[in-house]
Amino acid sequence: MEKCIAAVATPIAPSGIAVIRLSGIDSIKIASKIFRPVKKNLEMLNGYTAAYGHIVEKEEIIDDGVALVFRAPNSYTGEDTVEISCHGGILIIEKVLELCYANGASPAQNGEFTKRAFLNNKMNLTQAEAVMDLINAQSVVALKAANAAKSGALYKKIDNICKNMVEIDGHIQAWLDYPDEDIDLVDSKNVAQELGMLKIELEKILKNYRLGNLVKSGVKTVIVGKPNVGKSTITNLLSGREKSIVTDISGTTRDIVESEIQIGGLAFILFDTAGIREAQDAVEKIGIERAKDKLEEADLILFIADGSQNIDKTELEFLRKHDKIPKICVLNKEDLGILGQKINVSDFSCVVKTSCKKPDTIENLKQKMLELMKLNSFDCSAPLIFNERQKIAIKKAVEDLQGAINAIENGLTWDAICVSIEDAIDDLLELTGEISSERVIDEVFSKFCVGK
Amino acid sequence: MEYLLDKVEIVVIGAGHAGIEAALASAKLGCKTILLTMSLDQIANMPCNPSIGGTAKGHLVREIDALGGEMGKAADENMLQSRILNRGKGPAVHSPRAQIDRNQYHVYMKNILETQKNLYIKQDEAVEIRLNKNTIAGVLTKLGAFIQTDAVIICCGTYLNSKIFVGQSSYFGGPDGSPSSGQFSQSLKNLNLKLRRFKTGTPARVNRRSIDFGKLEVQNGDDRITPFSFSNQKQLKNKIQCFIAYTNSKTHDIIKQNLKKSPLYSGFIEGIGPRYCPSIEDKIVRFADKPRHQLFIEPIGLQTQEMYLQGMSSSLPEDVQIDFLRTIKGLENVEIMRSAYAIEYDCLDPLELYPTLEHKKIRGLYGAGQFNGTSGYEEAAAQGLIAGINAARKIKGKAEFVLPRSSSYIGTLIDDLVTKGCTEPYRIMTARSEYRLLLRQDNADQRLTPLGFEIGLVNKEQYDKFMQKKQKISQEKSRIFKVIIKPSDDLNKEFISQGISRLNQPQKMGDLLKRPGVGYSVLEQYDQNMPDIPTDIKEQVEIDLKYEGYIKKQQQKVEAMRKLETKKLPPDIDYSAINELRLEAREKLNVVRPINLGQALRISGVNPADVAVLSIWLKRRGGANDK
Repeated sequence: MEKCIAAVATPIAPSGIAVIRLSGIDSIKIASKIFRPVKKNLEMLNGYTAAYGHIVEKEEIIDDGVALVFRAPNSYTGEDTVEISCHGGILIIEKVLELCYANGASPAQNGEFTKRAFLNNKMNLTQAEAVMDLINAQSVVALKAANAAKSGALYKKIDNICKNMVEIDGHIQAWLDYPDEDIDLVDSKNVAQELGMLKIELEKILKNYRLGNLVKSGVKTVIVGKPNVGKSTITNLLSGREKSIVTDISGTTRDIVESEIQIGGLAFILFDTAGIREAQDAVEKIGIERAKDKLEEADLILFIADGSQNIDKTELEFLRKHDKIPKICVLNKEDLGILGQKINVSDFSCVVKTSCKKPDTIENLKQKMLELMKLNSFDCSAPLIFNERQKIAIKKAVEDLQGAINAIENGLTWDAICVSIEDAIDDLLELTGEISSERVIDEVFSKFCVGK
Repeated sequence: MEYLLDKVEIVVIGAGHAGIEAALASAKLGCKTILLTMSLDQIANMPCNPSIGGTAKGHLVREIDALGGEMGKAADENMLQSRILNRGKGPAVHSPRAQIDRNQYHVYMKNILETQKNLYIKQDEAVEIRLNKNTIAGVLTKLGAFIQTDAVIICCGTYLNSKIFVGQSSYFGGPDGSPSSGQFSQSLKNLNLKLRRFKTGTPARVNRRSIDFGKLEVQNGDDRITPFSFSNQKQLKNKIQCFIAYTNSKTHDIIKQNLKKSPLYSGFIEGIGPRYCPSIEDKIVRFADKPRHQLFIEPIGLQTQEMYLQGMSSSLPEDVQIDFLRTIKGLENVEIMRSAYAIEYDCLDPLELYPTLEHKKIRGLYGAGQFNGTSGYEEAAAQGLIAGINAARKIKGKAEFVLPRSSSYIGTLIDDLVTKGCTEPYRIMTARSEYRLLLRQDNADQRLTPLGFEIGLVNKEQYDKFMQKKQKISQEKSRIFKVIIKPSDDLNKEFISQGISRLNQPQKMGDLLKRPGVGYSVLEQYDQNMPDIPTDIKEQVEIDLKYEGYIKKQQQKVEAMRKLETKKLPPDIDYSAINELRLEAREKLNVVRPINLGQALRISGVNPADVAVLSIWLKRRGGANDK
């Protein structure tokens, strides 16, 4: 049997039930750590037996479900296998997978369950080609996902951190492989400090992990615009609640009003802000500052304008700073007739016309919000798995960096310290398929003057 | 006129560091072997630095010795000064390096070859390799001798079609006034071997009497010398000193002003030079912000006044060389005896070789050393040994001998060559190994001597000695876990003075040794029953304990790779017919033709999904064969 792998066996989408499959050595043992049957321990169960119970993290119950135990060779893969059926929320799926990985399972490669099934004689010869096609097709999908990720901000950030690690390791290696050259001494305090900073960067990424954020805490949607264009009205219509006070007097909303809505299974947190203009008093001024601050952390901006009036260029100016955040231009008060606004469409991801009096225009806005977020960062199929791997890789890199820092603090020698740094580099490079030693050697020769 | 010479089993072409190991290994393994050299007086020549070892290179020499090769013994016998590099930076990067008496080394090696049973040395130049279909038939020499043979090992160094450059002067020729071998190069091209052009260089040799040593820094050898050879019994002693000097802004100015006179910068040299071995002009151009560069001044032998200027290789004209050298403090009146030069030569694309170093298309043809695109005496010797072993084993009908990367730097070097190829002369480095903590110079015998014995290159005596050492190590390892060290004022005083935290409770000596900074040197006086054991055994015990966690981690990596490496790929696979592989993977696999799935995974352009496809393909093919 091969090492234990785990993956979700059903499509990752909001659905009634999801199945998470573990297969390989210790799969039953690993499953028993996260799944508590009401009666017997999982490890006591015979093959082809199901048990009802709870998915737990430490002592906390996450969900309830059913676990099916298969014993080798009587399973799909021919190995010991557990299939855990739980509720189909994306959050829950992600959590259960995380628990599997934390307890010793590895993320399954594309087509790996099927590959194992074949190698364990669970499929006949004619199925072999189909399996190979499948692996190949999925590797193309993975490659596309990787390429897509490569152009993303997250990838760039990780790549940058990786470059920094290669630089540190390259210096140490040059110093180790060319001891007779006058290469700057490697200072353990500096190295520990630099590695510590990189580790913090990686931890930040894990924390701010965009997809995780969007799924877990919702899309932060900041609603901005001039006073009295209808921001609060739209907020209330979107959320279906009267949370913001609506008056005809401009400047009514002085602090940020927060509400949460669900559109197509994805949560949006709406932040209704004070209208941006020259403040009339101190309180309003603070409100406007807060609105501007809120933009800094937005995942999505709804820029509301009065469609019946011409748009003042100054209205748009403060948005320029946030050109990387998707923005919807909402032309409100459509019922009052739309004037010929001078909107530069390219400033926005899309333009939506709304009227508070026509509910279907609000519905349309909701759909646009969902589409935009899916388009930008949220694809219900492959990327979540891909990103789950990414996350594991980053987590491992953090651990290995900590290992390197510990080694430095415990006074271990540079050969051992390097092994941990290179493990961390390898963790991150796994995402691009490069090999660390090549990168490090290139670094040695490009940065250091070494040789006879 | 051609005439027929007696048939042999193996012809080795070239008696440099690769050729020597290849010829000795094949003769010792019972094959009648002829060693061809263009000059008997250049056997084991060191046309570049008069030293052996260095980081990772020292590891290679220890490994060659552990397998039963000659280089380590010869280096110990003829060494002038020796140092362990990287002391204090960790056992994995400790590397022995020794200055060698160049002429004595030649004399020693020539004698070893002359007295080896089954080995015949002949001064002559190979000019043509003849085949019988795709199998070696024989070698024709310049003097017209046709030598029928089963195998040929090409170890021709930088002599293939070689051209020397000193400033604007250039001529066809090999190192140290020897001729270039153009005809042989043509013969290899006729066999459709893929030859490329590489470049390397060497610094000037100067006369000792023209150096003002008072202005130089002295570099001494170690007080206690670590020999290369595990079988060395002698107490080795340093016989010379080396010196350090520095370039300055005047040196750099002269070089910059004359750059256009360098064939490298004026475009006359087309060969690809190594990044790790830049000429002084390269260093000054590429690292313009460095105010000075270091050079080492090393004696070439006890019976000569020639001194080698390590770090100053150049292809500038002779007069410019004199000018810039004389700007250096201590070298104001320097006399050049041999000028620095650049050399360009033909060599093989190593992707054409299997890990046995046999050619993929021509049966019985092997390559080793610079011919395979490497640089360095040690890299050459390592390949020579492996090529010699494999050629002989094939003739004797024995299994191929391939060292995995996890076993040695030799295995790493060869795997890099035949899996990734090389785009510049390849030099071994510790950074090239992912299993560094396992591949230490101090445990090369534990890694390889049993294999050397099994092959038949390590004799019973050396093997028994090794087995005794191994037993002593394991005895000592269990002993120290029975010894309890109690805290005492003396012990804690010593601990604190060395920056080690105090001992509060009695502890097993074995556990104490795991703590960083705690060694036998501190503890043995507190162990009443401490037996008298050699330092190398204490060293093994300490390293094994201190790096236990890391060693285990690396061993897990080895295990994962071993699984893939046991899945052999037959040599006759047509990868282009496996449609499920990605196109790039098919192309790369067809070129490299890996011997197992592990090697396949290391090819750039082959990803884990491709390897998964291959494993299924293998199984399917296996299943089909069963029927």
